[in-house]
Order: sequence, then C-alpha cells, then structure tokens
Amino acid sequence: MNRQVLLWALAAIFAAAASSALLAQSVSTGLRGATPLNEEGPAAQMTPWRNTAEREKRNYPEQPPVIPHSIEGYQIDLNGNKCLSCHARARTSESQAPMVSITHFMDREGQFLASVSPRRFFCTECHVPQQVTTPPVTNDFVDIDSLLSRTAPGGPR
Amino acid sequence: MSVRDETPPTRWERARGFVIDLWHVVLRPSSVFGLGVLVLAGFVAGIIFWGGFNTALELTNTEKFCTGCHEMRDNVFAELKTTIHYSNRSGVRASCPDCHVPHNWTDKIARKMQASNEVWGHLFGRIDTPDKFRDHRRELAQHEWARFKANDSLECRNCHSAASMDTTRQSPRAAVAHQRYLFTAEKTCIDCHKGIAHHLPDMRGVPGWQ
Repeated sequence: MNRQVLLWALAAIFAAAASSALLAQSVSTGLRGATPLNEEGPAAQMTPWRNTAEREKRNYPEQPPVIPHSIEGYQIDLNGNKCLSCHARARTSESQAPMVSITHFMDREGQFLASVSPRRFFCTECHVPQQVTTPPVTNDFVDIDSLLSRTAPGGPR
Repeated sequence: MSVRDETPPTRWERARGFVIDLWHVVLRPSSVFGLGVLVLAGFVAGIIFWGGFNTALELTNTEKFCTGCHEMRDNVFAELKTTIHYSNRSGVRASCPDCHVPHNWTDKIARKMQASNEVWGHLFGRIDTPDKFRDHRRELAQHEWARFKANDSLECRNCHSAASMDTTRQSPRAAVAHQRYLFTAEKTCIDCHKGIAHHLPDMRGVPGWQ
C-alpha cells in the first residue's frame, strides 16, 4: 500500500516537472514571437498598404508584378473584375495603367482570345498588393544579377 | 303613422346623415367662434399636422426603418457593413437615406412616392429570396446609377465636394484621376465608383467594365 502511494507520488512529481519544463520552454521564432506554445500571443498590428502607384522591380523575370496600390474593396468575381476597369486593353488610354500582359489572353491551347482568358481572370491569384511592414521572417533570397556578380572570378563583368 | 316610419335608421343611413351634417357645419359660417380664434386654431392645427407629417417622413428616413425589411437587412445592408461607408477610422457613417434619398424636399417627396412601388414589391415578395434578389440586382442597380448620373452624383457630393478635395492628401492614382476627370466635369462620381457600398451585379455591358 505504502509502496503504491510512493510510486504515484513519484509519478506525479515527474509529470509536474516535465510539464513545467514544457511550459517554460519558449520557442522563439520570428512568426510566433516569445509567446509560449500553449498561449496565444497578441495579434500583430495591421499595417497600411504600400500605395505609391509606382512599378516595383521584379526579383526574377517570371515574377508576377506586385500591385503597387491598395485594392481594398475591389470586387473580382463572376459579376465583374474591378482591376480590368483600368488594366483592360480598352481602358488603358483613360487610366494610363499598364495593360494586362498578352500572355493572359491565351487559352490553354495557346490560342489568343479577344480579351483576358477565363483562367487568368482572378488577378489576385498571382498579383498581390504589398504592405509596409518589417517581415517577421528574414529572407535570404539573392537575385540572379547579384549571384552572377558574386561568383564571377574577376568580379562583376 | 305608417310602418315605414317606425323602422330605425340603418347603420348606413346614420353614417350618411352624419357626413351630411358635418358638411353643413363646414360650409356654414361659424356662429360661435370668433374669426381670430378660428385662425389661431388653424395655425396650431397646421403646425401639428405639418410637424407630424415631417416627423413621420423622417422616421421612414432612418437606417432602422430601412433595415426593418429582411430584403434590405440580409442583402444590401449586410454588404454595406464591410465597406468604408459603414465603419472607418473617423467613425462617420453614411446610412441608407444619405445616399438613396435626396435631401432637397420636393425631390425627397418624389422619391418617397416612387418608394411606394418598393412597398408593393415587399408585400408581394418580389425579391424575398436571395435568388430573386440576384435576378433583379442588375435592374435595381441600374435605377440607382441612372439617378446618380442624372443628378451629377448629388448624394455623393452632399459630403464629398470637389472644392474641398485636397488631392495632395490622396494616393497618386486618385489624385491624377480626380484632376483629369472629376475637376474637368468630364465624369461624375458614379462613373468610376460603382459598387463601393454594395456588391456589384453582373457587369457585362456596363461602360468601363469587362
């Protein structure tokens, strides 16, 4: 009997120690912050949209250009596409916005259609606006130009 | 005495007699009240009736009244809630009548008379399901676009006047567009700003839309 109580007590102490060790452990990643795993941290501040309306450099040639303005409340659905009010071919003289790329007029067989192909209709699948914020996770992406200049034996050519 | 005279007057006959008596009272010059008393009473009654009329009119001009019907509450009002005209940093709200009822009195009365058609639509369930609302959405939106176009977006301009618009405080895109099209009166607000407070209907064929 005594022996069993002792065993239980030992087990309880062990469990408590283990769980406190787990609780005390703070996994400090950039996204989570210092909040312990079993707690919910404060929500991050909402940050404003970058709204310069100036084209931004692409990090690689195939990158879908980012949207340099706010698109809050822009409806893109079966009923209409607000983006095309400015970026459609017929609208660009009035809006002075860049025209939707001609590649977006192609269907999957490579045929050019009269206007934006249905499979390219939902702009925000690839093109996204940017927020003014410090990224919580650092990014060590190096674009091809920097990479070439770095590896060239005689420096940049 | 004939039998006919003894029958009591029917309800209809009594009502008719009362109306005829009232008519005589209205036509005959007063033998009891002085002219001044009558004029004063007329003034007071006028104030009460006119005030009452306008108070009732104003009651139908509130967000609460508009969203009393589920057609408004579940469709257009629900959509408005996510937009900047409902909730924003400075806490100013444009409610239904601010945009949809003219502020000028005669125009307001004209619009209110038109709205009797909407009461009819409510009673007979013209848009009482989401499907029916979707079917009518384009037509309903077009009525409002036409009204805004015809009065040069007056209900927008009740708050947003071009004269007090500081383009240096706007985003570059907005500043350019307003200078090119709004200040030159080439376009009016609704030409570009459709679907800012409610979802858009099927936009095929609408100028400027794809």
